[in-house]
Amino acid sequence: MDFTLSKKHEMARTLFREFAEKEVKPLAQEVDETEEFPRATVEKMAKAGFMGIPVPKEYGGQGCDVLTYAMCVEELAKVCGTTAVIVSAHTSLCCDPILTYGTEEQKQKYLPDLAAGRKIGAFGLTEPGAGTDAQGQQTKAVLDGDEWVVNGSKIFITNGKEADIYVIFAVTAITEKKGRPFKEISAFIVEKGTPGFTFGTKEKKMGIRGSSTYELIFTDCRIPKENMLGQQGKGFNIAMHTLDGGRIGIAAQALGIGEGALERTIEYTKERKQFGRSLSAFQNTQFQLADMATKAQAAQFLVYKAACTKDQYTRDHKTSYGVEAAMAKLYAAEMAMEVTTKAVQLHGGYGYTREYDVERMMRDAKITEIYEGTSEVQRMVISAALLK
Amino acid sequence: MKIVVCIKQVPDTKGGVKFNPDGTLDRAAMMTIMNPDDKAGLEAALRLKDQYGAEVTVLTMGLPKAEDVLREALAMGADKGVLVTDRVLGGADTWATSQTLAGALRNMEYDLIITGRQAIDGDTAQVGPQISEHLNIPVISYAQNLKVEGDSVVVERQFDDRYHVLKAKMPCLVTALAELNEPRYMTPGGIFDACEAQITVWGRADLKDVEDSNLGLKGSPTQIAKASDKVRKGAGEKVALDPSEAVDYIVGKLKDRHVI
Repeated sequence: MDFTLSKKHEMARTLFREFAEKEVKPLAQEVDETEEFPRATVEKMAKAGFMGIPVPKEYGGQGCDVLTYAMCVEELAKVCGTTAVIVSAHTSLCCDPILTYGTEEQKQKYLPDLAAGRKIGAFGLTEPGAGTDAQGQQTKAVLDGDEWVVNGSKIFITNGKEADIYVIFAVTAITEKKGRPFKEISAFIVEKGTPGFTFGTKEKKMGIRGSSTYELIFTDCRIPKENMLGQQGKGFNIAMHTLDGGRIGIAAQALGIGEGALERTIEYTKERKQFGRSLSAFQNTQFQLADMATKAQAAQFLVYKAACTKDQYTRDHKTSYGVEAAMAKLYAAEMAMEVTTKAVQLHGGYGYTREYDVERMMRDAKITEIYEGTSEVQRMVISAALLK
Repeated sequence: MKIVVCIKQVPDTKGGVKFNPDGTLDRAAMMTIMNPDDKAGLEAALRLKDQYGAEVTVLTMGLPKAEDVLREALAMGADKGVLVTDRVLGGADTWATSQTLAGALRNMEYDLIITGRQAIDGDTAQVGPQISEHLNIPVISYAQNLKVEGDSVVVERQFDDRYHVLKAKMPCLVTALAELNEPRYMTPGGIFDACEAQITVWGRADLKDVEDSNLGLKGSPTQIAKASDKVRKGAGEKVALDPSEAVDYIVGKLKDRHVI
């Protein structure tokens, strides 16, 4: 077992860190304050190839692995949780399902623009009455000639109004399973501008405030038949498998937020003086920092392990990575919440002001325990594998 | 068009500077980066490649670990990398360095050679022009803008208060300023390819038409008597004032110190 990163991963980390420090960090506070989507940063990321890291070169991507992608999200999240989730949702929730389940025509049509960042991707599963419980889906798609007619709405959609390509889910039939009605769900690719596809309200959020979180509304929205993603009725599996991958991205985001807060706190406690000595000279500070660093390191191992396991899946199409992804997300998210809370505490009153990054980081951390499966759902996934 | 860009791995000013007992830099022990002027030169070459199509080769002399800076250049978009490394080349000053690079360049095809104006570790600005002398080609130094017109380059050469526009027929050499452009980032895919790429490694024996007496520490007319790290300034003063108050405050300080 070798814990050292390869040369190429070290170089990639250097790239991501330099980019994050130079292009993302200076805007992080403003993005949070104004709640504006950092479009210019996304364009720079697109130019640097960050929007298609694990997409094969034949589809216009960078041809790198999931570990490299996770490291990109991690480094971005160290300075700005918003920017990190834009890349994560785009890559894991839109590029990945098209790559995994798309027909050759769909891959050729959508992936080159997505991987080059000319278009942004999003994913619509959650509904007012169906988050974790996918069977609660109300959005329906009915086949009419060569088109599916979609009606319904999706909420809390990351990259919502800024995206161009959406992978969405709708009920295409109601069958019977064990004597009870069972909703058959299918996945579709929808393009922005399709008649009948509009946007509802923008969410006002606690954290990741620059990410565009919107409601998607479908009113007699006609989608060409060939835009069904994967087989009809297999949408639930596609959604769950996609979320397994998405959790690695969110775990990497949580990891980066925790690590970023730790970095700021180390700097601050060395500078800040109380009772004639640096905060870092107090044993309480030292022990708190030690705990924070240990948990962040543990989270990193889990996240990298999950990413490498998904890479194994990319090679053999067999290896399961759902449990690894759930563990990584569960632990990294709870670490991020704990570490950022301690970071604010160690910053004292200043940590509670918006002048200091840790205040934003604590707000950004909370969502990582909720979206793409709450911590409770991750525990369900992990325990189900243990007890099967 | 074939372009060779000479680049140098230099100490990262964010890390500490370490010296060998003989006063030369202990490069193996320091964090390193691509010299900023050279990076701008590489970016200029890559833009010419994007615009007209060109083969860009990066050339460096240094320790075996200088291979890293070549891979960085490949990850940005350069096509080939050549590392000149040999124990006998160690401790070279600008004269010995330019002789070495010219010896390597005599083996290579080029229409245009681009070097940085100067390296942040030596700050001499001599190597580029010296290479052009050894190769007997024109040089335009301090380029703040660079274009290709037919078989010539048109370069804005920077001065303190003006610039000159010069045209030179290729093959020629241009030395680039960091402000020439904003260098692009490496791409993740470029990094993966660069790490697999074959780097050409040359030693003393591969250098063409160069005397031993012009190489390495022995071939260097410059002898370093003593070197030391710069004395670090204390932390500056931070004040939060309105712009107008801030101006008064700064002017007051400058007057106190009799600067104005």
